[in-house]
Amino acid sequence: MALNLNPNFSEAGKRYFSAYSPGDDFYELLIGAHRDLSDEQSELLNARLILLLANHIGDIAMLREALAIAREGV
Amino acid sequence: MLKTYTYPRYDYRVAPEIAGGRSAKVPVVVVGAGPVGLAMALDLDLQGVPVLLLDEDDTVSIGSRGVCYAKRALEILDRYGVGDAVCAKGVSWNVGRTFFRESEVYNFNLVPEPDHHRPGMVNLQQYYLEEYLVARAATRRGIDLRWKNKVVSVTQSATGVTLTVETPDGMYAVEADWLIAADGARSPIRRMLGLEVEGKIFMDRFLIADVVMKADFPAERWFWFDPPFHPNQSVLLHKQTDSVFRIDFQLGWDTDPEEEKKPENVIPRIKAMLGDEREFELEWVSVYTFQCRRMGRFNHGRVLFVGDAAHQVSPFGARGANSGLQDADNLGWKLKLVLDGKATERLLDSYSEERVYAADENLMNSTRSTDFITPKSRASRAFRNAILSLARDHVFGRSLVNSGRLSVPSFLVDSSLNTPDEDAFTGRMLPGAPMDDAPVEKDGAPGWLLQSAGNRFQLMVFVDEPATADTTALSQLTTDGIPVEPLLISRVAATACALPLVHDVRGIAAQRYDTKPGSVYLIRPDQHVAARWRRFDAAKILAAVARATCRQ
Repeated sequence: MALNLNPNFSEAGKRYFSAYSPGDDFYELLIGAHRDLSDEQSELLNARLILLLANHIGDIAMLREALAIAREGV
Repeated sequence: MLKTYTYPRYDYRVAPEIAGGRSAKVPVVVVGAGPVGLAMALDLDLQGVPVLLLDEDDTVSIGSRGVCYAKRALEILDRYGVGDAVCAKGVSWNVGRTFFRESEVYNFNLVPEPDHHRPGMVNLQQYYLEEYLVARAATRRGIDLRWKNKVVSVTQSATGVTLTVETPDGMYAVEADWLIAADGARSPIRRMLGLEVEGKIFMDRFLIADVVMKADFPAERWFWFDPPFHPNQSVLLHKQTDSVFRIDFQLGWDTDPEEEKKPENVIPRIKAMLGDEREFELEWVSVYTFQCRRMGRFNHGRVLFVGDAAHQVSPFGARGANSGLQDADNLGWKLKLVLDGKATERLLDSYSEERVYAADENLMNSTRSTDFITPKSRASRAFRNAILSLARDHVFGRSLVNSGRLSVPSFLVDSSLNTPDEDAFTGRMLPGAPMDDAPVEKDGAPGWLLQSAGNRFQLMVFVDEPATADTTALSQLTTDGIPVEPLLISRVAATACALPLVHDVRGIAAQRYDTKPGSVYLIRPDQHVAARWRRFDAAKILAAVARATCRQ
């Protein structure tokens, strides 16, 4: 399975009437998680988050692809 | 300044209360003849309610202000009789471009959804919309529109409202059963009644300018994040009618609005943005502070709040005038039923319930756009910029770029006026949904489903052919003086039919509403679905009408 680069957010049981809503739901959660944190704390949160999600994905080939794409744009 | 538009001066007339000393109680006073107050008056007029509409000024909005009117607003304006004028004068646009720093990140083409009468949105300066609404109101005998009539005091009792009105010829008093405050974000009525509006003011300001371009410039929406000509801020360029473009410059909080508004400060910014060679003239300029807030509830005894008086959002996504028109759409029929004694004041609580729900959705979307456009922390800015850098090559990144989400109507799915489904349906026309339009023929002429809907309760009855409908049962649908008018939606053309009928020529209505022959939809006067069933059952339909009017 290739890395999914299409919009892919959704929440079970929630009905969406606009295509942008699930992505905006996620982005609000993400920014909300950083509220009131110092820059250092935010960096730590981001690192912990990446590790949690990477473990959840598990597939190292896929993680390698994601890392490569992320790195390209830096 | 102001070259493309001549502001009308509407005639002030001596109020009959001053001229003749007479004064009678009126059913409804609407204060504020902006787009929402005018819409409110036209809605009540369609319901047969006479309206006294007061405005302290004698012209339309100065400067473009509201720019973008979305599909639902256009459908409501159709009901008020000004949809054609707005769409004819307005500018349709489909292409939007998003820039990050020096270069374009991506563009999108909002191809209009096929088989709808109205497009997703048109751009038009607010003064044109107001001018068309005023012209329409002038043709309605039930609307008494008085310019230069300023409300200076208001008191209310359990049975009505008393206003003192100041005019160039002196003061007079008016008594009304109901007062609708459409007097804008700073609502003097709200202040006079000591009512609060809660929420937040964003620590950010935008400079908004109307600019006349001498050369051709595409009818597109351009949005810049952190452009070289305005570092660390955002800029929006949007086409309006008459070669007028609207430009919104983010200013940040540490700026002096009065200083920024001066042409000698505005013109260099625009030159930097357009490049020096492009000729333009400045028409109007203003400074805007973001506010995202609403009143706790929109009805207070005999006073009802609509539009900006009730709720204010940031401008990205066009949720100001659009949501105000939907307030009027929601309130008109309810107030009529209460005035006629066919429903209790609880129905007006449902106005507040439903429009607070919609306002919260608008506030949420508008706050999210603002948070994306103006990040509040280093982490937030890093994510914003990362999304913009991914958007160039990856579809998921584009879907997360939020430079304003276009206003769409709320699906009032949690409303207490809905009768929950007991039969299985697919699609999005569930109870609480604003009706989807569809192409239909009426008397052999092509038209639209929404042109046959609105202003009264209706039962859409989907049939293979009209002869199969139970004409007697369908023409006797009435509960407590509230009639339900049948509307047959037939798959075959028919001429002789005793009931109102449209022909679903291509089956698109049946498809959008997921119907089979015999399916019925109960439609509210504001073109929202109240209930639906797979087969006709008069008792269930009348119970649903009772529920939709808070009479059970």
